[in-house]
Amino acid sequence: MEKQHSRAGSLSRRDFLKVSGITLTVPLVIGPRVLKVAGAEVKVFGPGRVPMTFTINGKTYRAELEPRVTLLDALRNEFELTGAKRVCDRGTCGACTVLLDGKPVYACSVLAIEAQGRAITTVEGLMQNGKLHPIQQAFIENDALQCGFCTPGFVVACKALLDRNPNPTPEDLVAGLGGNLCRCGTYVGIRAAIAQAARMQRGG
Amino acid sequence: MAERDAMEMAEYKWPEPERRRLIGKRISRVDGPEKVTGRAKYTYDVNRPGMLAGKILRCPYAHARIARLDTSAVEKMPGVQAVLPLKKVGDEILWAGDEVVAVAAVDEPTAEDAIRAIVVEYEKLPHFVLDTDPKAAGERARPAAEQVEGDPDAAFREAEVVAEGLYGMSLITHCCLEAHGAVVEWEGENNVLVHISTQAVSGIAGQMAGPLGVPAGNIRVKQEHIGGGFGSKFGPDSWGIAAARLSKMAGGRPVKIMLERDAELMVAGARPSYYGRVRVGAKRDGTVIAWESETWGTGGIPPTSPLPVPYVLRIPNQRKRHIAIVTNSGPARAWRAPLHPQACLLTMAALDDLAAALRMDPLDLLLKNIELAGERADVYREELQIAAELMEWKKRWHPRGDPSPGPIKRGLGVSIHTWPGRGHACRCDLTIHPDGSVEVKLGSQDLGTGTRTAIAIVVADTLGIPLEAVRVRIGDTQYPPAGGSGGSTTIGGVSSAARRAALDALDQLFARIAPLLNASPDQLEAWDGRIRVKGDPSRSIAWEHACARLDGMPLTVRGENPGPGELTTAGAAGVQMADVSVDIETGIVRINKMVAVQDCGLIINMKTAESQCYGAMIMGISYALYEEKIMDPVTGRMLNPNMEFYKLAGLADIGELVVHMMTGEKYDRRGVIGLGEPPVISPGAAISNAVANAIGVRVPFLPLTPERVLEALAKKGGSHARV
Repeated sequence: MEKQHSRAGSLSRRDFLKVSGITLTVPLVIGPRVLKVAGAEVKVFGPGRVPMTFTINGKTYRAELEPRVTLLDALRNEFELTGAKRVCDRGTCGACTVLLDGKPVYACSVLAIEAQGRAITTVEGLMQNGKLHPIQQAFIENDALQCGFCTPGFVVACKALLDRNPNPTPEDLVAGLGGNLCRCGTYVGIRAAIAQAARMQRGG
Repeated sequence: MAERDAMEMAEYKWPEPERRRLIGKRISRVDGPEKVTGRAKYTYDVNRPGMLAGKILRCPYAHARIARLDTSAVEKMPGVQAVLPLKKVGDEILWAGDEVVAVAAVDEPTAEDAIRAIVVEYEKLPHFVLDTDPKAAGERARPAAEQVEGDPDAAFREAEVVAEGLYGMSLITHCCLEAHGAVVEWEGENNVLVHISTQAVSGIAGQMAGPLGVPAGNIRVKQEHIGGGFGSKFGPDSWGIAAARLSKMAGGRPVKIMLERDAELMVAGARPSYYGRVRVGAKRDGTVIAWESETWGTGGIPPTSPLPVPYVLRIPNQRKRHIAIVTNSGPARAWRAPLHPQACLLTMAALDDLAAALRMDPLDLLLKNIELAGERADVYREELQIAAELMEWKKRWHPRGDPSPGPIKRGLGVSIHTWPGRGHACRCDLTIHPDGSVEVKLGSQDLGTGTRTAIAIVVADTLGIPLEAVRVRIGDTQYPPAGGSGGSTTIGGVSSAARRAALDALDQLFARIAPLLNASPDQLEAWDGRIRVKGDPSRSIAWEHACARLDGMPLTVRGENPGPGELTTAGAAGVQMADVSVDIETGIVRINKMVAVQDCGLIINMKTAESQCYGAMIMGISYALYEEKIMDPVTGRMLNPNMEFYKLAGLADIGELVVHMMTGEKYDRRGVIGLGEPPVISPGAAISNAVANAIGVRVPFLPLTPERVLEALAKKGGSHARV
């Protein structure tokens, strides 16, 4: 599909991410071109659609996407993985948190094209053999959710925190979950849920 | 017959405590598993086949007239499917961010490109966005009629102590995490399917019918889950109508418009600002006799209404003036307990300053005057006492100005609040299937308050079956209509309708089963998964076997609210206390602890009731300390339409929170009363009072930013000793 891309008006975040600090005018092609930028060879994709392959929750997903598409939009719009939410859309609120090779990232601020070849884990991938993850169970029991829109991001951020620190102090919680915001005010439940999940995981 | 009706009516009541297996207990929400696994589908998550992305071009100026509008280039752009001007040349725009043109394209990036290619020229007009000083507002200030009760002049002459102060709170926004928006598609010429993020599923079709020119009955509205509303999501909004029109232009293809975050904060709702100068007069013993206030504030273009002050306490002699300031700040909407947090701050802060002038403990001042609260005075008295114990108030309170050395000053504050919260009009269909499963259907919505769970609890407890046997279906106009979720009216409405439906269904089932058990229907009861003869549990039949006697025909019963029996009433009362630390060198306020003691009549689910209070206190901490829709007087635009600079409280900001729900016969007998709004009213006042108690001077306006705290300290002068 051909598209015109207007350069009028202000630079959008997608445009900014797309050019990654270098401004190029490139023809509509599929597949990379190689350009020399500051003496180094740089593969240039797009702006048309590019075939991409992802490993999400252990499964392989394929799509043809423009290089400017974020990981969040790819998950939500191409693969029907809508657990990660788009809220602030600029790396502030944490509602889109997913794991990349086990580390939490804001999926709104990662380009899909750059998430290829890495293990992507979303909230949909936390259940094992049809059973809720202990963190998910603890969220329900401690009522660590109301409207639930921030909940997937918090659940994934909690998992990342407990994976690297099975016994977090209250200060660790503040640091580990400081990148996630809730509007309904479920933090009391979240504090209790993560304490319970940590206990359950220590107990085996 | 009249006698029989009277007997039946008497049966519509809540079960006695010993007959409640679920009601009032701590029950985990039934939609928890969907929400924690990411399976829960919100409007934002709806992806329909062939769906187009809708985007809106917004005006960058706070006040302007459209001089030129050219969409011709966009209409030819590849991927663009529909272009819909929402304004025409000559139209006046009254706030920055107002909608000008909507487009639908094959995907979001293409729609964004299209928006940027639209040509609009504006004639800029003078704007005004300042709201803190009515004298600076000129003709933008619209005074309302003065209200007088009693004889305020005589009362102020009689008063032995008079305190005067300036208080207020800035414009804030709702900042729903799920932005406003809808996905709309046409099925043929006359039928419309609407997925929309709304607090009023049953109310949307009627509002779209006129603009779309189709009967409301042809518009189906659906919503499984909603990511926050807080009072801002009751209508289809211009973008919902635009999505429908774009869809029609594109041959009926679904069009999704969800607001971008900046638009969500600029145009999709704000709580009006209110400020006021208050005088309050008392006798030397603390008896409050006189109130005088001049208030002002803005909600954008429509004038703000006078505040319900003095709040809760009906001071006998009053004079009140209000000035609405008309600004280009953008539209205001109902924000969780409209007018109450503002009225609460103006009243409770003024009384707190009066207590300081009287050299009284503000808790004692409230107790001294609590009869002015009227019918609920005894509830407040009991709640104040419980809150004081939970806060160790008597041990820890000190007069104004923490005398301890060092820059960190600690203080306590108290506030009380009220809210009506009677259940709304609501209908539900309850079906008992021959396999023993039970379905409840209603066109309601669960804002995250736990509505689904509450309905399931009421039905399961009434029918004597496990919670898991009840399936609650909401969020669809194909179900019986239910009121919008505003004014804390949902819990009273849905629980009363569900209780009546379940009682009536049970009566019909009893009539079928009675002959089998050699009993009359009125001798039967449902308990623990069985239908049995009262007083003779050996004569019983399992629920499933009883339902099998329905001869393959499901039994469906309609329940309504209002209806016979008083299952819901109005008038929740609550008390909150705050314990804060203030760094007088940086001006930073920290919450150490907050206590909420709350009444809401009969509690259906203790777990989600407590969550409402925790959540409301956190939202209160957020607006007391951080939130402000900052308007730029130069450009007329909101300076912080994002979540970096529109600050919400985080996990680190809340301190220790304690909730105590009032329970017992005295509360149960009032029936179910709404809880969504009451506990969000007091935090601003309690925290403001605690800061004044800590630093010895009132910081007039919320949010209590470091800048405002330091400014108040500077005005007070070098000494931080007690007043």
